[in-house]
Amino acid sequence: MRYGAGPQVLDDISFTLEPASFHYLAGPSGAGKSSLLRLLYLGHRPSSGRMTMFGHDIGALPRRALPALRRRIGVVFQDFRLIDHLTVFDNVALPLRIRGARERRIAENVGELLAWVGLGGRLHDYPPTLSGGEKQRAAIARAVIVRPRLLLADEPTGSVDPEAGDRLVRLFDELNRIGTTVLIATHMAHLAARSGHPVLYLEGGRLGAPRRYGAVAV
Amino acid sequence: MTVFGRRPALVLDDDPATRFLPWIVALTVFFATLAVAGALVLDGASGRWRGDDRGSLTVELPAGAPVEAALAVVLETTGVVGARALDRGELLALIEPWLPAAAFPADLPLPRLLDVTVDDLVGVDVAALGRRLAAAVPGARIDDSALERRRLRRAARALEAIALLVIAVTAATAVGVVVVATRSSLAVHHETIELLHLIGASDGFVATSFAREALGKGLRGGLLGLVPAAAALVVARHFTAAVTLPMLPRLDFSVEAMVLIAALPLVAAALAMLTARLTVLRALARLS
Repeated sequence: MRYGAGPQVLDDISFTLEPASFHYLAGPSGAGKSSLLRLLYLGHRPSSGRMTMFGHDIGALPRRALPALRRRIGVVFQDFRLIDHLTVFDNVALPLRIRGARERRIAENVGELLAWVGLGGRLHDYPPTLSGGEKQRAAIARAVIVRPRLLLADEPTGSVDPEAGDRLVRLFDELNRIGTTVLIATHMAHLAARSGHPVLYLEGGRLGAPRRYGAVAV
Repeated sequence: MTVFGRRPALVLDDDPATRFLPWIVALTVFFATLAVAGALVLDGASGRWRGDDRGSLTVELPAGAPVEAALAVVLETTGVVGARALDRGELLALIEPWLPAAAFPADLPLPRLLDVTVDDLVGVDVAALGRRLAAAVPGARIDDSALERRRLRRAARALEAIALLVIAVTAATAVGVVVVATRSSLAVHHETIELLHLIGASDGFVATSFAREALGKGLRGGLLGLVPAAAALVVARHFTAAVTLPMLPRLDFSVEAMVLIAALPLVAAALAMLTARLTVLRALARLS
């Protein structure tokens, strides 16, 4: 993968994420973790090679088919990417509204989830008034509100205290237990090691030997 | 613009790229209203001029000219179905507005007028009739009012075409402005648009946000343009109502015409909405 005419940022990457699996993607800063996630959340098409998701060859997929696939993916961005002019509630409700959900269902689901992540008292606040940890929890809530089949998270516990971080990881585990495939990118190797989940290790744009293969084939 | 009590994902309200859109639409609707009103007035006048044109000619004879000879020439002309000479009383009535009959010397000779009725379907070769009349009655002259009305109708049609051109040019300008404003807005909001795409929004969802905003601004601008244009028409009607010249177009509008004029803001808003939507869809389709 390369951005425009720039240098190759990912090279010789080959792996499979089985349905309902849980993986960490580890590696030092600049290793290409965010670029790999970008490929996976369909923010960029592979410049060469073949990438298959949900049975579709992404390189050959017409643009109009992308929204349906993206709706199966939840993404927690490293910089949160909350929309500043929308309240916390409306930010989290956005994926549901895009899918045309009814407002009653939205009110129930979003309220419940935000209470669960500890933002029940900040439903009507705007992102610029939130702390880093609160923004991260709102971003996670937005990613999981639609119960995605694949959850991608870029440094999801980076801005929260250890206790809140553990709580978020439990949320990911919970989602994984009900069938969501989870891939969490982190530069904190100890977090990945402690989890017991297989780790894809990325360095210099290439995948190294995984700590534990599990369902992953490299 | 807040829809259903919540803010849309894309807030274009405060967008500098589209802030002036209502004013552009207002100008468009202002000029379009005046142009449509002008075209309607001219169309009505043109129809009236056609209606008045019931196939008649007037032949003017010098005072003392042989009326019977002139009548004979006229009546044997193809297309003429009748002709009669106006008597002195009728002639005096015609000049009454300028010279009261009582003040007119009884012995002063008057030129004679022949009122000629023409079969519209057959028509009359006015030039040939003029030559034959001049030969029979030197000084005879044909006043073909139908010819004047035809010229008026031609002029009215040309003015109507100009009015339609004004409408087309202003509409095209507004469309161009909407395209440019929408493209600028797309550039301003590209990060939010990318985010919406990444969480599953289709191009249609994004385009709908822009289209809805353009519709709102178009409606606001349309009303802003319609009000002064309607006021201008009311003022113009007030001042022309006192003029009684029969050929002058009248600023009277039928109910249908008023509905058409009142619908112009809606048409402008719909055009802005459609343009914004198509612009967004085209721009997004170019993305990989």
